[in-house]
Amino acid sequence: MSQASTELIRISGHAGPVPGAGVNREFRVAKLVDTTTCIGCKACEVACLEWNGYPFSETSFDNSYQTMPETAWNYWNLIKFNEHEDPEHGLMLLMRKDQCMHCEEPGCLAACPADGAIVQYANGIVDFQEANCIGCGYCMTGCPFNIPKFSPKARKVFKCTLCNDRVSQGLEPACIKACPTGCLHFGTKSEMKELAETRAEQLRTESGFANAGVYDPPGVGGTHVIYVLHDASNPELYGGLPKDPHIPWTVQLWKKPLKWIGNIAMIGGVLGVFVHYLRFGPKVVKEDEPETKGERR
Amino acid sequence: MSREPYLLPDGRVLRYTFRERLIHWMAGFSYVYLLLSGLSFWSPWLFWIAIVLGGATIARELHPWFGVAFFVAVCLMYRMWGRQMRETPSDKAWWDSIGHYIRNEDDQMPSADRFNPGQKLLFWGFFWNGLLLLLSGLILWFPQYIPWNLRFLRLAAVIVHPVCALLTIGLFIIHVYMGTAMERGAFGSVIRGDVSRAWADHHHHTWYQQLLRDSASRK
Repeated sequence: MSQASTELIRISGHAGPVPGAGVNREFRVAKLVDTTTCIGCKACEVACLEWNGYPFSETSFDNSYQTMPETAWNYWNLIKFNEHEDPEHGLMLLMRKDQCMHCEEPGCLAACPADGAIVQYANGIVDFQEANCIGCGYCMTGCPFNIPKFSPKARKVFKCTLCNDRVSQGLEPACIKACPTGCLHFGTKSEMKELAETRAEQLRTESGFANAGVYDPPGVGGTHVIYVLHDASNPELYGGLPKDPHIPWTVQLWKKPLKWIGNIAMIGGVLGVFVHYLRFGPKVVKEDEPETKGERR
Repeated sequence: MSREPYLLPDGRVLRYTFRERLIHWMAGFSYVYLLLSGLSFWSPWLFWIAIVLGGATIARELHPWFGVAFFVAVCLMYRMWGRQMRETPSDKAWWDSIGHYIRNEDDQMPSADRFNPGQKLLFWGFFWNGLLLLLSGLILWFPQYIPWNLRFLRLAAVIVHPVCALLTIGLFIIHVYMGTAMERGAFGSVIRGDVSRAWADHHHHTWYQQLLRDSASRK
């Protein structure tokens, strides 16, 4: 992504091949969250607020270690906690860093009616362009992960940018930089996928988590934030991570077939009345009619 | 119905009172704004309409308020016309002859009361779709207050709202065409309020004959 303007394809007056030409660079990035090594320190929450310039929020203290029930328009990164009584491993305190998943097929983008309010970069980052946002909230309906949040003050919708401003300058996202345990990784999608699979294999063979696996849901074409879970067969345990997320079917129906049926019907309606006028013309009333048909007053 | 004299001098008939015309245009103007701003959110090809209306952010803020105004107008119409719009047994015969109506063979149509069954369909179509548009519109107005576990409401609203809007657009196209181009004299009736006696007798024979009988008995 950031290297795109430094990669040469032609050189004038140059003998020999172009250095680096034909190299297959992978632009697609991914964030890897290994829930099995997260200690719930919330350093990523703080780093996110600091980098993006949002104030700290008061915790809600609802019998949980969690800062607040769900992410907010000015709180994009939230560790979700769940106490889970596992028949095999006993009490487990599951922690999952919740943020925008940066779907390959983003439901927010599919639902958005405003030109240029949501963009998807070639590296996979899905970013909101608030200058173009009209505040309709359709993205909140299109998202299967409950991520975009409406700001009552700005009357626009906000979410995690995957630190697009940092990534485009060759830096890793702020949350990754802050993580003290190394449970957060950032790199190309294929590297992260490989690292995640290695870790899942280790959990299965060495740590006794037979269902350990990688969460990279195919229903949304894969995501640019992927998880390693102790129990990939039950992602709901991790603060309601959906098992098979996809763009909601009503949103797909609305944005595809209904749009076409509606457009054809509207154009057909206008043409229909026009053709009716050409064929039959107006209803003309003969002005002497009441004298012959009706009673005389 | 008010006791205004419906038979006017100079051979004219009062078709719509001032109150009826005012409420009609309250609905009409608010509907046109809703239609234009709604279409701008409907398709990227029509997004320019929102720019003409002052920007899509303003259109998104105003669209729900115009929706409330439209629904108030529809409720006032219900109070004003609800009784006259009720279905009557003779409506079936009118619908059976709809082909004659479309081909302008009006002499073969059963006589109509103050509102013919097509007008009744228009009224009830706008009434019921208006109600559904209001309910789904309230959800779309404040999506941030619909909690995640009631998400199905938002998912239903994004289908109900455009479907009902499209149904009203169908009615609207026919209504505007008939009111301006097809039925000569109809547009004047909703602007100035009056029609000719011939027009009243031609399009609403039952109503006109009743007016004549009422007028005769009052004398």
